Amino acid sequence: MEVVNDQAAMLSNYEVYSLLKEIESKGKKKKSRAQQNLATITYETLNYLKNTPCTLQNPEMVSEFMEALGPYNLTKAEKLQLLNHRPSSAVEIQLIIEESEERLTEEQIDELLQLVADKLPDPNAPEGGGEGEEGGEGGTERMEEEEE
Amino acid sequence: MFTLVEMTDTVRIPPHLFHIKLNDAVIEELNNKFANKVVYNVGLCIALFDITKLEDSFIFPGDGASHTRVHFRYVVFRPFMDEILQGRIRSCSREGVHVSLGFFDDILIPPDALQQPSKFDESEQVWVWEYETEEGTHDLFMDINEEIRFRVVDEVFVDTTPTGPKVSEAAESDKEAKKSPYSLVGTISEPGLGLLSWWNSVG
Repeated sequence: MEVVNDQAAMLSNYEVYSLLKEIESKGKKKKSRAQQNLATITYETLNYLKNTPCTLQNPEMVSEFMEALGPYNLTKAEKLQLLNHRPSSAVEIQLIIEESEERLTEEQIDELLQLVADKLPDPNAPEGGGEGEEGGEGGTERMEEEEE
Repeated sequence: MFTLVEMTDTVRIPPHLFHIKLNDAVIEELNNKFANKVVYNVGLCIALFDITKLEDSFIFPGDGASHTRVHFRYVVFRPFMDEILQGRIRSCSREGVHVSLGFFDDILIPPDALQQPSKFDESEQVWVWEYETEEGTHDLFMDINEEIRFRVVDEVFVDTTPTGPKVSEAAESDKEAKKSPYSLVGTISEPGLGLLSWWNSVG
């Protein structure tokens, strides 16, 4: 076995999520003892990704979002993290973007937050309002679902 | 978090699988071989993404199975340095806080990478962040099953291929066998990192 290229591409959570859902639906036809590893990792990873914002995304949203991020001079890794995490506060933006205070003005940080809120759906807000407060409620809702 | 890795390998299809289309048999074999396994210096393999090239199949004398060289791409979990991840606290010990992502468990946040000042509460076996405000010190507990946001600082690959029988010192080789092939070191010593509940109530 040889590794030709160990960084051929970076994948967003959304792409991995849709791939795993496809595998899961195909795999329901035949379950052999040997497929146990694939079943385990698919199940666990899907469980993890279900609790992230990527479940509500689709390819058009993602490409629109990437285009809109063009003027901000962000690295690929930073854009990918913005897509995967969907930050809702300035603190999170500072974590994701290195030296954000030097590279972006406060206005630009606010614009970024607004862009994220507009282009990417918020998993915590079914009605689409109030991101900061609903963070806590969304968290409890998820924990209750998992306990079931 | 996830990357695409291009690999090549020779896949052995045993004769009892010859009735399946070669493509499907190869996909099944590759998933069996790599899924949920760690490849040294590459990462944790999740699932096959696609097959880019199937070369000619050969049958060798003495073995009825066909051998096919395959070029394929695999989805691999390997967070890059300084990436922000979100997980759950699995347990706390003197070595630090153990975090799990569900599909990947070997993430450790060592004590010096916790928000300072932190102390280990022996009676409850949890780490506590002593957050100081003007009113006094708040003790913020890092309880189990709490969601935590952390930054990846380091990754450690250990080659766990078997080395053959050891004549002496059998006890030492047992201890070494428990090392995980791929583990991550994280930090939460920055504003915004740590338990989500610490930062959500502010906004």
